[in-house]
Amino acid sequence: MTSDVYRGKESALQLRQLQRKSIEYRRAILRSIKAANAGHTAGSLSCIDILNVLYNYVMDITPENFASTARDRYIQSKGHSVEALYVVLADQGFFPESELKTLSRFQSHFVGHPTRKVSGIEHNTGALGHGLSVSVGLALGAKMSGSLHRVFSLLGDGELAEGSSWEALMAACHYELDNLVIIVDRNGLQITGATEDVMGLEPLAEKFAAFGCAVRSCDGNDVASLTRAFDRLPFERGKPNLLLARTVKGAGVSFMEDVVKWHHRVPADDEYQAALTELAAAESAL
Amino acid sequence: MIAPAIGRANLEVFADTLLALARRDHSIVVVTSDSRGSGKLVPFGEELPDQLVEMGIAEQNLVGVAAGLAMTGKKVFAVSPACFLTARSLEQIKNDIAYSDHPVKVIGISAGVSYGALGSTHHSIHDYAALRAINNIDIVAPADNFEAREAIRAALNHPRPLYIRYGKKPMLELHAPGARFEIGKAISIRDGSDLTFIATGEPTGRALLAAQALDAQGFSCGVISMHTVKPLDSAALLNAARHSRAIITVEEHSVHGGLGEACATVLLHQGISPPFKIVAIPDEYTVTGDQFEIFDHYGISADGLAETARELLSRR
Repeated sequence: MTSDVYRGKESALQLRQLQRKSIEYRRAILRSIKAANAGHTAGSLSCIDILNVLYNYVMDITPENFASTARDRYIQSKGHSVEALYVVLADQGFFPESELKTLSRFQSHFVGHPTRKVSGIEHNTGALGHGLSVSVGLALGAKMSGSLHRVFSLLGDGELAEGSSWEALMAACHYELDNLVIIVDRNGLQITGATEDVMGLEPLAEKFAAFGCAVRSCDGNDVASLTRAFDRLPFERGKPNLLLARTVKGAGVSFMEDVVKWHHRVPADDEYQAALTELAAAESAL
Repeated sequence: MIAPAIGRANLEVFADTLLALARRDHSIVVVTSDSRGSGKLVPFGEELPDQLVEMGIAEQNLVGVAAGLAMTGKKVFAVSPACFLTARSLEQIKNDIAYSDHPVKVIGISAGVSYGALGSTHHSIHDYAALRAINNIDIVAPADNFEAREAIRAALNHPRPLYIRYGKKPMLELHAPGARFEIGKAISIRDGSDLTFIATGEPTGRALLAAQALDAQGFSCGVISMHTVKPLDSAALLNAARHSRAIITVEEHSVHGGLGEACATVLLHQGISPPFKIVAIPDEYTVTGDQFEIFDHYGISADGLAETARELLSRR
């Protein structure tokens, strides 16, 4: 397993393109949530840069190779941030973005959590603490079959209170799954408040390391920091890769950043316009 | 009247059958939760170590991992005590297997009250009810060695998620040579015009003994092995209800939500209301003891079922 094929892509242009994508994606997330009048706004903004870099820089997953067993696999354990996944999949060409207008509508396949009815999605998630076990099975199956594909698993930090996550982590380390890349969207908030107030996680990096993971951290809202982190895959032979991505919930829209109520609040008209204006300014500044 | 021969434990037949299949098909993978001993899978692990994955005592993870393995093209048998597998891991069965539609074979070992003396923590008399309410998973409870073996063979290429439960005690051989097993298709063991026992799983042999005893007393009693609890073979049930005066359902499960209520629903929806009785485990913390002692206590015995039958038939 090597990530060599991904090295050298980080030209200024590439980086600039990724930065531009992050803004486009943020706009699309807000557009979808506003149209549906539902969605997990802040969590999607928190993890969108991670998904951007995964789909546009790291993972070998395309509409063309999606039936191939050799493709990389992506499991989004924090299923509630599905809007982030939908806009990236639309941009990758899995389906036209216009279909996202049906988000949360009666009988739409674009449900509020990932389902396999949507092209590009591997597995149904939404109940927390499930995705890592499934990812472990995928990575183990790849090892057993001698397949070189990698498995990327995005976890929220709040969901780490689910004990099954730690069962899965034990198994990932026991089976030395260095083809598994676990990314934790460490935004520090969950629906009730700060993770450290609701159920303390720290010292989180030390916990992951103590289980046997190869732990690295990065700025999960900075595409340059993310690409540098992923360039170093696999972090260590024989250990699952654990990227602790420090993020800000609601990142990119100042009045949503680090504010608990934006967990699944839909922006009012004036808030929506203010967010778009802010994103346009950020785009101009690139 | 020839007494049925005593066979082996269904669990042993399951393990032997799976090993024989896995020798030829290396895509078969067994996932266990420190349960290879209980599952009679020690020989499997010794002979085919690359096809057995140990997850430790972590049933939730076991089911999620099983789903992931199935997504890589493996034919996955997730084997764990039925009591834990269908309660602790119920959400993983619901979401990671059934809802996500990965054709994992969920194998509940030492099911029902097989762990009788260990107490209610170890009993699984909720599994039919829990899984019946989950879309896209079929439920099979083999009655004897033939059904135990055929259920695994059928499971191998079953296109949908499937749950099968196995017990630990030697079972009576119930079926004549040439019997055919198909998931979703009940097997009629004998016909009867007075009453038909509709039984599932390991109490089925007891229903047959009861029917034979009732024969000697002048009653004509049929027995149907309803090995598939879901999807229920409604046609076989309705046929029995039309050709015999009364129906008794028999199961190693709570009276709530199992075979009996499934049958009652089918009959009532069809406007058929024969004398009807559900023989199952009542809504109480189950007495402890040997599986067969518990059966006897709750009337899931040749004598108990015969008495229930006579009482039901005397009502009109």
